[in-house]
Amino acid sequence: MKVKQISVFLENKKGRLKKAVHALAEANINIRALSIADTSEFGILRLMVPDPEQAKKVLEENNFVVKLNDVIAVEVPDRPGGLDKILGILTKADMNVEYIYAFVEKKGEKAIVVIRTEDINEGIRVLKEAKVPLLSSEDISVL
Amino acid sequence: MIWNPKAECMDEEKRRKIQLKRLQDTVKRAYENVPYYHKKFNELGIEPEDIESLEDIKKLPFTTKQDLREAYPFGMFAVPDDDIIEVHTSSGTTGKPTVSGYTQADIDLWSEVMARALTMAGATKKDRIQNCYGYGLFTGGLGIHYGAQRIGATVIPISAGNTKRQIEIMQDFETTILTCTPSYALYLAEALQKENVEIENLKLKAGVFGAEMWTEEMRNTIEERLGLTALNIYGLTEIIGPGVAMECHEKNGLHIFEDHFYPEIINPETLENLPPGKKGELVLTTLTREAMPIIRFRTRDITTLRKGECPCGRTLIRMDRITGRSDDMLKIRGVIVFPSQIEEALLKIDGLEPHYQIVVTRPKYLDELEVQVEASPALFSDEVKHVEEAKKMIEEHLQREIGLRVNVTLVEPESLPRSEGKAIRVIDKRKF
Repeated sequence: MKVKQISVFLENKKGRLKKAVHALAEANINIRALSIADTSEFGILRLMVPDPEQAKKVLEENNFVVKLNDVIAVEVPDRPGGLDKILGILTKADMNVEYIYAFVEKKGEKAIVVIRTEDINEGIRVLKEAKVPLLSSEDISVL
Repeated sequence: MIWNPKAECMDEEKRRKIQLKRLQDTVKRAYENVPYYHKKFNELGIEPEDIESLEDIKKLPFTTKQDLREAYPFGMFAVPDDDIIEVHTSSGTTGKPTVSGYTQADIDLWSEVMARALTMAGATKKDRIQNCYGYGLFTGGLGIHYGAQRIGATVIPISAGNTKRQIEIMQDFETTILTCTPSYALYLAEALQKENVEIENLKLKAGVFGAEMWTEEMRNTIEERLGLTALNIYGLTEIIGPGVAMECHEKNGLHIFEDHFYPEIINPETLENLPPGKKGELVLTTLTREAMPIIRFRTRDITTLRKGECPCGRTLIRMDRITGRSDDMLKIRGVIVFPSQIEEALLKIDGLEPHYQIVVTRPKYLDELEVQVEASPALFSDEVKHVEEAKKMIEEHLQREIGLRVNVTLVEPESLPRSEGKAIRVIDKRKF
């Protein structure tokens, strides 16, 4: 149950994020989830969109460097301890998390946590075994 | 193909005789007609008659860009205004431009050396030469133009800029030879790729690239991306324009047309002459220029002269590609660095785009060298850690190659300035 995420290289400079987001807006692409990892020099914009291939094309046409990566998206009950449980499972399996970000689903009952583990297949196996509900790309696109 | 075998394949003794005769004439004309040289000669206590052998050239004064600037605009002319039929100026890369004047005989000479140069690149009557050097005061455009016409090739005087049109013409007119700066050649290659033009469908066979420093790595990239043989041309406004020297298909140095331009290599610090095979600053003396005889012009370009016959059959002396300038070389924390070294090192890295910019600063007391390179899919990842590793890899590679600590900054694709003329590679923000 890998989910496609796109990541975009941004210079840590005024107006860069806006330019990327604007390009998507122009192409009528709705952003489902977003996170930015930044350093003093550059940032990495990570996005969940309904059609990652198309978003990649649009951004590349606007001269951005873009990559498509696999990540894991899990459903977590939107209440205290939800994320803690997931991380507990991964820690117990000695699984390193590269990055993580979360967003709340529209109806507000559930939170979606996007996880990139060091070994993505192994991450999926561990979470599946613990009966954590995993989301597919289709699930994300209809959220 | 050799345009003028008599001149280009002459035996050395004969050439030296011609050179001496022409040098003596030049010195005499300069002394008699250019007040600047008259004064200089008097100060040094020399007269034209003192030049009895080619070695005596060492007695003559150097001419610098500064001297030419002080003579701005027409102070170096050795003929009456009536005889001047064209003027050009240098591009002013490093300051106020210098002026060059031409008589009809000078234009004929220029056409001759450019015809030799273009023939060296394989140009014949049948070729279509797309000339993207700027037409105007810059010598590149018209210099190539005169040479192409002398050969009887078809010249497409498209000049610089308007890349879309360049590509259209290249396809429709079936251009066979491309003439421009090497950085513009790269830019064109990129544009062709974007327009999905397959190089197999182009008729390009050779490119005559000059007017800026470039490297062997850059040549390889251009050749691969444009599907042509990329050759180096050299010249400078102060001497005549392009056509002072040109590389043949052997690619083992640029043949200097030394029956018209006499080359020397000096140590830029001590000003002593260096023998062939030694690296130093190129000094040129015009042997046949009418309007503006120039004696021992310090080009500031760093190169090496090589003697010996070339497999192409030419006996003309060869100069290595320019590796730097005696004046704009960078001294970073006491270490001499030429931008070409950084370029060479960068282009050895797979996945890196050949666009870069060097920024030199001195935040406090120490120089900092920053090299900006464009991020590419090969360097980018969704993880900060990996992007930083890529950056560090480039930094370490540069440090190994040039022996200096370098800060690498990854910038967005297409964010570094593309140039249609001379690329600005170095931004020196230090105040001296």
